[in-house]
Amino acid sequence: MNDERKLSRSTRFPRWLVSGPPLLFLLLLVAIPGVIMVFASFRYPGEFGGLAPLAASDPQTLHGFTTETYRFFFSDFIYVEVFIKSFVMALATTLICLVMAYPLALLIARSPKRSRNLMMLLVILPFTSNFLIGIYAWMIILGPQAALNQLINILLGIFGAAPVQLLFSPFAVMITMVYVYLPFMVLPLYTNLEKHDPALLDAAQDLGANAWQRFWRVTFPLSQPGIFAGSALVFIPAIGMFAVPELLGGIGDIMIGNLIKDQFLGTRDWPFGSTLAILLTLAVLLVVWLVAKLSGRGGRYA
Amino acid sequence: MARLELRNITRRFGDFVAVDDVSLTIESGEFFTLLGPSGCGKTTILRMIAGFEFPDAGQILLDGIDLVGTPAEKRPVHTVFQSYALFPHLTVGENISFPLRMARHAAADIRQRLKEALEQVRLGGKAGKYPHELSGGEQQRVALARALINRPRLLLLDESLAALDAKLREEMQVELINLQREVGITFVFVTHAQVEALALSHRIAVMNQGKVEQVDEPARLYGFPRNRFVADFIGQITMIPAQVEESAHGHRRLVVDGLGEIVTPLPQGVVIGDKGVFAIRPEQVRIGVQAELAELKNHFTGEVHSLLYQGDVSVYRVRLPNGTMIEALLPNSAPGRAELFKVGAEIKVGWRHDAGVFLHE
Ligand SMILES: Nc1ncnc2c1ncn2[C@@H]1O[C@H](COP(=O)(O)OP(=O)(O)OP(=O)(O)O)[C@@H](O)[C@H]1O
Ligand SMILES: [Mg+2]
Repeated sequence: MNDERKLSRSTRFPRWLVSGPPLLFLLLLVAIPGVIMVFASFRYPGEFGGLAPLAASDPQTLHGFTTETYRFFFSDFIYVEVFIKSFVMALATTLICLVMAYPLALLIARSPKRSRNLMMLLVILPFTSNFLIGIYAWMIILGPQAALNQLINILLGIFGAAPVQLLFSPFAVMITMVYVYLPFMVLPLYTNLEKHDPALLDAAQDLGANAWQRFWRVTFPLSQPGIFAGSALVFIPAIGMFAVPELLGGIGDIMIGNLIKDQFLGTRDWPFGSTLAILLTLAVLLVVWLVAKLSGRGGRYA
Repeated sequence: MARLELRNITRRFGDFVAVDDVSLTIESGEFFTLLGPSGCGKTTILRMIAGFEFPDAGQILLDGIDLVGTPAEKRPVHTVFQSYALFPHLTVGENISFPLRMARHAAADIRQRLKEALEQVRLGGKAGKYPHELSGGEQQRVALARALINRPRLLLLDESLAALDAKLREEMQVELINLQREVGITFVFVTHAQVEALALSHRIAVMNQGKVEQVDEPARLYGFPRNRFVADFIGQITMIPAQVEESAHGHRRLVVDGLGEIVTPLPQGVVIGDKGVFAIRPEQVRIGVQAELAELKNHFTGEVHSLLYQGDVSVYRVRLPNGTMIEALLPNSAPGRAELFKVGAEIKVGWRHDAGVFLHE
């Protein structure tokens, strides 16, 4: 009896200790700010930023709760349009990253054990410098005076086409987004592919599958968890990105992230900024939920 | 049908010769086993037959046609892997019909053949299950059904029963024999478990360090091992140093130092002056008191040195006058009795004139 009680107490204590800090972390940095943001989205903006007071002595000043921000969002199609554009941009980034990362991850996973770690180190090497520096590097590479743009324009000139500008275009935004997020796709894919039992490929070949069939019937379906993990890691931050469109995009290339940033730092309309942020979160959750539902089969054996 | 011939197959990994000039002929419909210790090259041979490795020299002929230029996926040869290698993302039914789908059979044909295959391995109700939902024995049967469904000419089994526990393993051995008889496909089985090899095979090739030491039927391999390696590897055996001398009548006779003559058949090639060992199985050695063993050509006095109780039998180690130990096996036919003779007791050992073999060096 006594021993039993002692045992259960001693096992409960460390469990609390282990799950405590992360829970506290999530509570302080996700749940509480989230709730604050929801409240903020239903209020009026303060005169110089911040929020208008809940109660006011002068009934003429704006105060209390309102759904004005939500009405405003849906009243002008431009906001929905930015949402759709951001969604398309993030999706394209995810797909391009997937197409580029998959062969790379496969190559690394099938390399001799000794060289794998070195290759992975090279993949995550861009993380070692601030990502703004990477973005500025792309501004230089894509700049109108840089060799790349000049060469393209010479080639275009040969075919009689008008010269183009690479910088401040959706193209520049795209290429830089892919640069920023590619490692986030490679890592989970590699982790997944590296675990595949090579005997399965031998078995497939033995049973008559050619190289193409071996990939589509064995490797690809088994890598689904890696594909979903990588896509989530790229898509979710990509849809909220503001630095890249701000620095490399043109006027028309702004994304939700820019809108939100502007509400807080420019227009000083905190309630509307909160509304945009909440709608973005809901949209992302919807996408993640849909994908998880569609990939039900992928999770069954994992 | 399918007759497999390996002609002077050699496979090197760097300086290391994994398979050394191996020649084997496996007859159509035969259950043939490659038996040998770990690292002797069994898997390498199977992988060369399947097409995952390529010989540095030699030919692999299936019904007279060289397979070496044919990629693995085109060979009419299927393998049951030790780990089964079932596809975890496919159901039992999808796993078994995989070869048919790769070969683009018609859907109706696939359904029909799958139904038959599931019945053959008694997995009728499990077609919709995933491999991880099956027991070890069931997974084994899925692997077998999958490898047999499009009727390969040759089935390769690499340590296919090794992952099963002893009881299940025995059941699967019986199933495997029945299945092979039923389908009539040539089986090449790899194992390092000699009991399994003896129980299953029509013929066995014993391998050592990349070379084939002996190819024979199980009973001949056990009864007449050709050299010390084979004798030692299969079953228990006592080896006593001995030499061939000339008898008073000018015939060959086998003599053990400090013990005297042993009456045993001497093979053709053995000549006077040859040195080697006399090898005898424990179950051929009888143990008892003087009178019981009188009619045997060979009998010696000895002392019980130790005794190992194994349930069904007890193994006695007896010290002979010249100091060598000989093992004798006594069935425990009387219930509840472990020892008939006490350690230290003086007893007699004896064996028939045709028991044992002389293995010269
Ligand atoms: N790809 C390879 N590279 C280098 N050496 C190898 C390779 N494959 C096999 N070997 C070596 O060849 C020898 C024979 O290997 P093989 O796998 O055929 O043995 P085996 O008889 O199947 O042994 P086991 O009973 O342990 O499975 C071993 O010493 C092994 O280390
Ligand atoms: Mg092996």
